[in-house]
Amino acid sequence: MPEIHFILNHENRAVRVEPNETLLEVLREKLGVKSPKCGCDRGDCGACNVLLNGKSVRSCLILAIEIDGQEIITVEGISRDGLSKVQEAMIDNNAFQCGFCAPGIIISTTELLNNNPHPTMNEIKEALSGNLCRCTGYLPILEAVQKATKE
Amino acid sequence: MSIIHDFEYYKPADLKEVTDLLERFGTKAKILAGGTDLIVQMKEDVRAPEVVIDIKGIPKMNEILLEDNTLFIGACVTFSELIESEIIKKYFPLIKEMSETVASVAIRNRATLVGNICSAVPSADSAPILLVYDADIITKSSSKERTISINDWFAGPKKTVLLPEELVTGITIPLPDKKHAGCYEKLGRYSGEDLAQAGVCILVFEDLHYKVAFCAVGPVPKRAYRVEKFLKSKEISEKIIEEAKQYLLKEISPISDIRATEEYRTHMMGVMFERGLKKAVSRLHGGGNA
Repeated sequence: MPEIHFILNHENRAVRVEPNETLLEVLREKLGVKSPKCGCDRGDCGACNVLLNGKSVRSCLILAIEIDGQEIITVEGISRDGLSKVQEAMIDNNAFQCGFCAPGIIISTTELLNNNPHPTMNEIKEALSGNLCRCTGYLPILEAVQKATKE
Repeated sequence: MSIIHDFEYYKPADLKEVTDLLERFGTKAKILAGGTDLIVQMKEDVRAPEVVIDIKGIPKMNEILLEDNTLFIGACVTFSELIESEIIKKYFPLIKEMSETVASVAIRNRATLVGNICSAVPSADSAPILLVYDADIITKSSSKERTISINDWFAGPKKTVLLPEELVTGITIPLPDKKHAGCYEKLGRYSGEDLAQAGVCILVFEDLHYKVAFCAVGPVPKRAYRVEKFLKSKEISEKIIEEAKQYLLKEISPISDIRATEEYRTHMMGVMFERGLKKAVSRLHGGGNA
């Protein structure tokens, strides 16, 4: 079984993977990183989003073996030194209900604000258009993002 | 849902290694770029390649270049890279406009334009733009390099003329020498993720010739030559648009599927064609960015 080396949440990691294992499977089942969720498992819902070299990607659509030598950040990495502004705003606004979509949405929002610290509401909606939420109707999430950008 | 079958994974460092592998394994091998189609197909067991060849380690595959008035887009260029490219923004704003309609950010960060036309689904967003710009597809095998016109590329739904021993290294698009403007109109159920229910792309040149292509309303994306011929040398008016629509409806053959009915697609193609044509003409005269 080939061994891959990559940076996961600011730490060097090595793990043996089969070529047919997805990044999502390896993160959750081999490395115990549970924030990326398996929702649709076909790239539609965004619950498995992680940052790959700073860009949001679907970890269910990437083979783990592809990320040899790359850098992955999950919500565990984002909140390593305490909750981020985005996470605080989500809590303050009571943005989530069941929370299954939350990690993916926090990843997408983090990428957005890294590139564009003061997005318009349309830009926020566009950035989150690939993250499905079945509880909230999105409004409290969008408002929380807006709030995070204003503080 | 996991990928249930095993395969060998290769990540060659040069093109020769890729073509050697393709020659050796032929139809048993699949090229992996963004993986947003291939991994789904492997999970659903639609495809079960014995060998997966990751081409992201090959130099120059992620280049966007404009040389001698010809744009080159490498096989590993993602839709996000197209959106961010200064060359695309300045010379081919229509490609940017189209790329922004493809799925959502996390998919665009991975999915490639070349992968889009290799998957060759009838709703491929890239296809109408490449058709109106007369793009060429550059393929390579261990014995030869081919240049294939996008007009000859699609062989049927999800089928292309690419041979098992070939890979696409990139596409080229000639920069038109005449002043022109264009528009891509896409119909989807919601923004983010949805495939086109219908799409139409229109280019207008200042000497009053037009190029029109569509996707998702026939087995393959294609040019609407009868519409182009009818519109040639004509200024746009309500009457001309109405007549042109009749030609357009003869060119398309939409089906009913999970995303839309045949009747809805047919009706909306007329609406979108009119909308797109007016927008393209207005942009030619300075109204807007493409």
